[in-house]
Amino acid sequence: MATPLVVSDVAKSFTMHLRDGVTLPVVTGVSFSIRAGECAVLGGPSGAGKSSILKMLYGNYAVDEGQIIVQHGGGLIDLASASPRTVLSVRRHTIGYVSQFLRTVPRVSALDVVAEPLVERGEDRETARAKARSLLAQLNLPEKLWALPPATFSGGEQQRVNIARGFITEHPILLLDEPTASLDAKNRDVVVELIAAKKAAGVALLGIFHDLDVREAVADRVIDVTAFAAGKIAA
Amino acid sequence: MTDEPLLRVSALSKFYGSRVGCENVTFDLWPGEVLAVVGESGSGKTTLLNCVSTRLLPSSGTASYRMRDGQWRELYRMSEAERRFLMRTDWGFVHQNPADGLRMTVSAGANVGERLMAVGDRHYGRIRATAVDWLSRVEIDEDRIDDEPRAFSGGMRQRLQIARNLVTGPRLVFMDEPTGGLDVSVQARLLDLLRGLVTDLGLAAIVVTHDLAVARLLSQRMMVMKDGRVVESGLTDRVLDDPRAPYTQLLVSSILQV
Repeated sequence: MATPLVVSDVAKSFTMHLRDGVTLPVVTGVSFSIRAGECAVLGGPSGAGKSSILKMLYGNYAVDEGQIIVQHGGGLIDLASASPRTVLSVRRHTIGYVSQFLRTVPRVSALDVVAEPLVERGEDRETARAKARSLLAQLNLPEKLWALPPATFSGGEQQRVNIARGFITEHPILLLDEPTASLDAKNRDVVVELIAAKKAAGVALLGIFHDLDVREAVADRVIDVTAFAAGKIAA
Repeated sequence: MTDEPLLRVSALSKFYGSRVGCENVTFDLWPGEVLAVVGESGSGKTTLLNCVSTRLLPSSGTASYRMRDGQWRELYRMSEAERRFLMRTDWGFVHQNPADGLRMTVSAGANVGERLMAVGDRHYGRIRATAVDWLSRVEIDEDRIDDEPRAFSGGMRQRLQIARNLVTGPRLVFMDEPTGGLDVSVQARLLDLLRGLVTDLGLAAIVVTHDLAVARLLSQRMMVMKDGRVVESGLTDRVLDDPRAPYTQLLVSSILQV
């Protein structure tokens, strides 16, 4: 089966120059791979480095050591050492990301926030909006909110906009950072359905879910992040 | 995005006597890409912008630009007239102070129309129609077309300056603190407008700003400057979320939370 994402021996630490250069190790020796059509879940307590791993896979955090090999544009690239332009291209075409919080832009409507990733990929604006409408409806976001900028929405409403934005494209790899944290049961079920549909479509998913019910429902396997703890003395 | 850059800057330095303006700056810019240059006052970011846009000649280094016909030209070897033509047609320069980029005593319509005439348009009706179209794109009412920018608010002047720059369909726009000195509400409107225009027109832009929020909103890539040198560069969200250089960490940690 296809393996669009392979992570090998990745390490990450933060050097705090404003604190006399103290180094905070986060993770080391991170190695795993994700197959097409499976949903793997990063497990471990808060602070274990789950979000940091997702952020490295999205190019949002720099990688100190190791490789992140991604199938992109018919070839393989190492995201850990890729140029900013390559990372942008990977984000546009290959790796999608649903973050915990929505970063809103003033004056852009919820509908256009959701449609934007498709428009960036060259989709016609009206087609993109139509798809955005159907996703927002599926996620039960009241229609009267669609034309408004999401800055003033509640946490749950913003998160649904964020989820719709992340799920609207057909990226072959999708990263999910607690997409259900502030949702009610009904909408959590919708997200579970959306994830199932992505799996059926052959997307490789990697997520963080603190919600046990959701995790049970979507996870094919759990990757224990404590095994990569950098604080551990190397054996 | 094509595979060939639009602009290549290599080892650019500018000294003012023994003082450093900017030193050994190298970067490429691709079509449709927005690069933010951030740093505090005196870090050399405006010097860099002025050198790249040929408003200042550097002490050393090169900058090449891919012309519309695909030919690469070295900017500092072009004649003054050629550079001025480039500036009027294929480039735009948005100044922090609109009064530096506008003619304050001619009408708003003429400010936009003048750039069109500079590229050879002579048809009054067509020029006026284009001016009206551009004023509406920057959200200035049509009935203000015959007013002078002197009678405009700061935010309107800045929007007019943007219309004046974009009317000729430039491929590269330089911006020096485009939202500096504006109220936050006016800033948000301008940023949103700029973001939309840059995306719709596929513009490449170099934006100098001391405001990291502006950089985050507008740019895909950024360079952090201190004392004339680039101390860190990379994807905008990477630099802001995982700053590596001591100075970038200081900048990011100095942002006030609202």
